[in-house]
Amino acid sequence: MSLAELICPAGTPAALRTAVDAGADAVYCGFQDATNARNFPGLNFTPDELAASVAYAHARGTKVLLALNTYPPAGKVDLWRQAADTGARLGVDAFIVADMGVADYIARTHPDVRLHLSVQAAASSPEAIRYYCEEFGVKRVVLPRILTIPEIRQIRKEIPCEIETFIFGNHGLMVEGRCSLTNYLTGQSTNMDGVCSPASDVTYERCADGAMASRLAGFTIDRFGPEENAGYPTICKGRYTAPHRDEAFYAFEEPVSLNLSRLLPELIEAGVHAFKIEGRQRSKSYVRGVVSAFRKAVDDIRAGREADIADLVALTEGQKQTQGAFQTKKWR
Amino acid sequence: MNASVAHGPAPVARGAVSRLSCLVVQPLLIRIVRRIAAQHPGLFARLGPHQQTDFVIDATELPFALHLRPDPDALIFRAVPRDALPQAGALIRGRFMLLLELIDSEEDGDAAFFSRDLEIGGDTEAVVRLRNALDDVDVSIAEEAAQMFGAPGRAILARLRRAYADDTKGRGHA
Amino acid sequence: MTPKLTLGPIAYHWSAEERRDFYARIADEAAIDEVYLGEVICSKRAPFHEADLPATIERLERAGKTVVLSTLAEVMLKRERKATGDLADMDHPEIEINNAAGLYARGTRPHRIGPFMNGYNEATIAWMAGKGATHVCLPTELPGEAIAVAAKAARALGLGVEVQVFGRASLAVSARCYHARAHGRTKDNCQFVCENDADGMPLRTSDDRPILRINGIQTQSESYVSLLPECTALTAGGVTHLRLMPQAVDMVQVAAVFRGVLDGALGLAGAEARLQELCDGIGFSNGFFHGQAGYRRITAASPA
Repeated sequence: MSLAELICPAGTPAALRTAVDAGADAVYCGFQDATNARNFPGLNFTPDELAASVAYAHARGTKVLLALNTYPPAGKVDLWRQAADTGARLGVDAFIVADMGVADYIARTHPDVRLHLSVQAAASSPEAIRYYCEEFGVKRVVLPRILTIPEIRQIRKEIPCEIETFIFGNHGLMVEGRCSLTNYLTGQSTNMDGVCSPASDVTYERCADGAMASRLAGFTIDRFGPEENAGYPTICKGRYTAPHRDEAFYAFEEPVSLNLSRLLPELIEAGVHAFKIEGRQRSKSYVRGVVSAFRKAVDDIRAGREADIADLVALTEGQKQTQGAFQTKKWR
Repeated sequence: MNASVAHGPAPVARGAVSRLSCLVVQPLLIRIVRRIAAQHPGLFARLGPHQQTDFVIDATELPFALHLRPDPDALIFRAVPRDALPQAGALIRGRFMLLLELIDSEEDGDAAFFSRDLEIGGDTEAVVRLRNALDDVDVSIAEEAAQMFGAPGRAILARLRRAYADDTKGRGHA
Repeated sequence: MTPKLTLGPIAYHWSAEERRDFYARIADEAAIDEVYLGEVICSKRAPFHEADLPATIERLERAGKTVVLSTLAEVMLKRERKATGDLADMDHPEIEINNAAGLYARGTRPHRIGPFMNGYNEATIAWMAGKGATHVCLPTELPGEAIAVAAKAARALGLGVEVQVFGRASLAVSARCYHARAHGRTKDNCQFVCENDADGMPLRTSDDRPILRINGIQTQSESYVSLLPECTALTAGGVTHLRLMPQAVDMVQVAAVFRGVLDGALGLAGAEARLQELCDGIGFSNGFFHGQAGYRRITAASPA
């Protein structure tokens, strides 16, 4: 049986301590700049904060993974290199990378630090994964949320590295690392700036009828009735009309979160090494609730007990959950 | 959206009660906010450019709203009657105990937003920064404030928590 | 060096007959130097036009065009892995790789790097060059100043450098088919409903503002990218190839407009008016190039 490590999000030092205390095997985090894909206002770590956080985590046997998972635009590569140097100096346990230039730099400059391949690299076939393993010595791949469990089991047989899959949180619809939707409307890039629907471009308007409209850079993304649950103001969760559909519909996906708690035994059996919880932008309350619940579930499964999964639906987007592609390829 | 125009005119009698309540709570608010600022200076760095933003925090069942400008050099935290609100850079509206639980990270802000219990308006980035800044504070700000007023303070907080828990029972997200 | 005009791979599900006619005209009439062929978006469509590929290649090469075969942007299923491997095995024509699975299969044999391969910076381009890349098409969202740095580095390594200057921008790809979803179907049971939208299926916001186009698993910009005014600066900065993406407009005439501007035979104002005439009712954008929202159209502060 695989170790089934629990990989938990940390947007702030306090959230990191919360995740560690709630039983995370590893936490992942990033610096306060474009070098990671959650470059959100007021979030993330200064080098000093990371130093203290690494000490806190290591004292309790928890690993710290540093996300350097964006794509430097030409002329700005040094920022990513410096972030890697700082991370190595502070003793992080692994770098999570996507860009080949960044991966190459770390493989040459910090060969003792593990490399994990970010979901932002969009490696979804054994050949693509093997490329990163053979060229950069990648030790673990974070799989895109588009594969069924039988497909994951098959990939596991054909690759020389560990597999990490998302089990809970925001359910990205587009191939990560290949999405310029935000940049198209806002001028800020998910790949280069680490933002997705930046708060600075989001507005909410309460309408006279009690509905709420969410807008991104002036484009209406969705309109929620007075009693309707809301979602993130991301383009891929918006409602639009098409020539044959006058009524606005969720053209990509409804506001819904991934929750694979019921599939954990199958994922472990398929050879998944690590389970990732999404949500560096979420609060300590979320981290505490989700990490504790999954800690208990994984411990139960490893002890051969039936896993009793607390109901986490309140923490899900639109208060709806899905097993997405993992359950059936009909999702596609 | 302009938060200051989101309200209709309040009746005259309610206006008077509101003004009186503001006068009563104002000294307490100032003590609370100065104490928190002194204890958690790191909070201001996460606010970045929004230290000068005017936040209107509207706890729906209180007789007044709160005006916060988290400027470390000129801190403002005051009770304001709803008919005299300042031009708000950002608006946060919800039930009092929900807001208190958000401040203390007992409740998740995104979840409260998804369920429509939390309404936000104005500059979304300001709200996100304030949320992330408060979320990085490890102790309970509510408890800390209650402590300042000794046993009566703790008793009031406990009573509020009980009332809120009873009220939201069965709503699926307490 | 005279910049080359290229024609990107057809993103849409045009019928075999439409494709044959389209490439016949390109071969006979278009001022285009290099043509990319092959299915990049959806592996289910490939069987419809694969059989014609050898004849199309022959036809275009006979007309003096360089032909390049492009690999799929997304590789997950067995048939997609096989299609990528088969292309990587070929010695002729050249191939353009759009997924790391293709890089793995190709090894260090010469190849081009496609726009889906995320060659964002000089470090990545240098890495790729060391592994056999001869040419890189930069990501569509890369701003002008980064293009200049990337182009300089790539030229120093002897690589060709390409930028999309016309057509809808690819904004996202997914495992899910949004054409099928919009028609209440799944990807496996799509019945190729995407064939009805030769220029993508338009999406509008709930307050009726055009925003995006759906093309199967791909999401595209509503506007056509047009870097007609920026072409001269691009080529002066080291960009060697300018890519036109096939849209449902007269691409021969579009190519003529770009060729005219590059050769100095057409004034910019006249050329822009002509391009708008050819793309009736379509908005143009160049926001990405100027580091602003991609949908925006930025007019130069002062005429060059």
